[in-house]
Amino acid sequence: MAKVHVTTTVNGQPVEYLCAPEQSLLDVLRETLKLTGTKEGCATGDCGACSVTVDGTLVCACLVLGVEANGRSIGTIEGVADGENLHPIQQKFLEHAALQCGICTPGLIVATKSLLESNPSPSEEEIRYYLAGNLCRCTGYDKIVRAVQDAAATMRGEAA
Amino acid sequence: MQSFAYAAPATLAEAMDILASHRRRKLRTQILAGGTDMLVQMRTVDKAPRTIVDIKHLKETNRLAVAAKETYVGSAIPGVTLAANAKLAERHPGLVEAIDLIGSAQIQGRATLGGNLCNASPAGDTIPAIIANRGVCVIASARGSRELAAEKFVVGVGKNALKPGEILLGLKFPRPAKGTADAYLRFIPRTEMDIAVVGAGVSVTLDKTGKCTAARVAIGAVAPTALLVPEAAKALIGSALEPEVLAAAGAAASRASKPITDKRGTADFRRRIVAVLVRRAASIAAQRARGN
Repeated sequence: MAKVHVTTTVNGQPVEYLCAPEQSLLDVLRETLKLTGTKEGCATGDCGACSVTVDGTLVCACLVLGVEANGRSIGTIEGVADGENLHPIQQKFLEHAALQCGICTPGLIVATKSLLESNPSPSEEEIRYYLAGNLCRCTGYDKIVRAVQDAAATMRGEAA
Repeated sequence: MQSFAYAAPATLAEAMDILASHRRRKLRTQILAGGTDMLVQMRTVDKAPRTIVDIKHLKETNRLAVAAKETYVGSAIPGVTLAANAKLAERHPGLVEAIDLIGSAQIQGRATLGGNLCNASPAGDTIPAIIANRGVCVIASARGSRELAAEKFVVGVGKNALKPGEILLGLKFPRPAKGTADAYLRFIPRTEMDIAVVGAGVSVTLDKTGKCTAARVAIGAVAPTALLVPEAAKALIGSALEPEVLAAAGAAASRASKPITDKRGTADFRRRIVAVLVRRAASIAAQRARGN
């Protein structure tokens, strides 16, 4: 089967890879690029565990073909922290214990970042609606919502 | 044997050539827009190899124009872009409501209006709203292009009117006449992230005195395809949309429905709810029309 050569950008770094035409971006990230922070939950676009950004738009990597990344800019959980320094969203997820098993966490953090970039002061309802595509079977969501609210306040420069 | 391949044509001519040359060689192709339905189907129910033709790089499928005479929505534009367009929401509020109801933020980042129509689910939320807005499909075919009223585009469960080698480029909507507004409502057992049990799209035109001079009523998830219900529109036209008139339109929609019983709801439940949703959607559309 003829593999396709793809030139793209992942977390700001130029990347090239070969992938099968039908292979998902999720598979490419995890299997080819070894960026395993992006998780596979359902692989049908229902759970949000594989949330990434493509040219800044939040999508499920399982519903994007690896070949579609050609010429695009992909953002994954691995690009959220600044070196050793956690992003405020990551820090607040830790402080609020907004995770248990952790499978949904990378997707939730990528989705939260996308939310706060377009809406720095979301209401609780807006947070819950925006993150409705990220399923968490452990926390009951309350701690996640509080972590997002606290992260938003921190990112706005307000003392928590 | 055919193997999977991917093509991302940069022009419509190139896209049509790819489709035509595959047809000549009896090779299978499938159009990819947002992929939120197509990629899942390709991995589950229909895994056969094909050439995936990505239409997201075409000018024609990316054009969005809310213009003097008509609105044009390219078939490859994701919901997130459409929902953020204030002009589109002002002119076709019910259509944008229907788009916005579909899936999560992640799905909205990919799913397209054209894809929802082509996927031809009986419960596709945008389909009644497209029909209520007098949508017309703009289709590229080997001989040039053709247009087809949206209510004729979906021909069965998961089946659309595209012939082999054709591409849905976009949807055209005539600019609504003065005093016109639309609304879309659906019933689901939770607040979001679900598939319609019943859907209703209504557009009404009111004159200065508040009399209804034109109407379109379309219903979803109550028949193999979304249905345009002229009898329901007829009940509205000529009236001032009094409560009994709205109820009559709802009853007409209920009579036109051909629902099934499945895990989402019984046929009887759907017949009742479609009347309620048509009544309420007409009421919301009228309220909006009075403000126009």
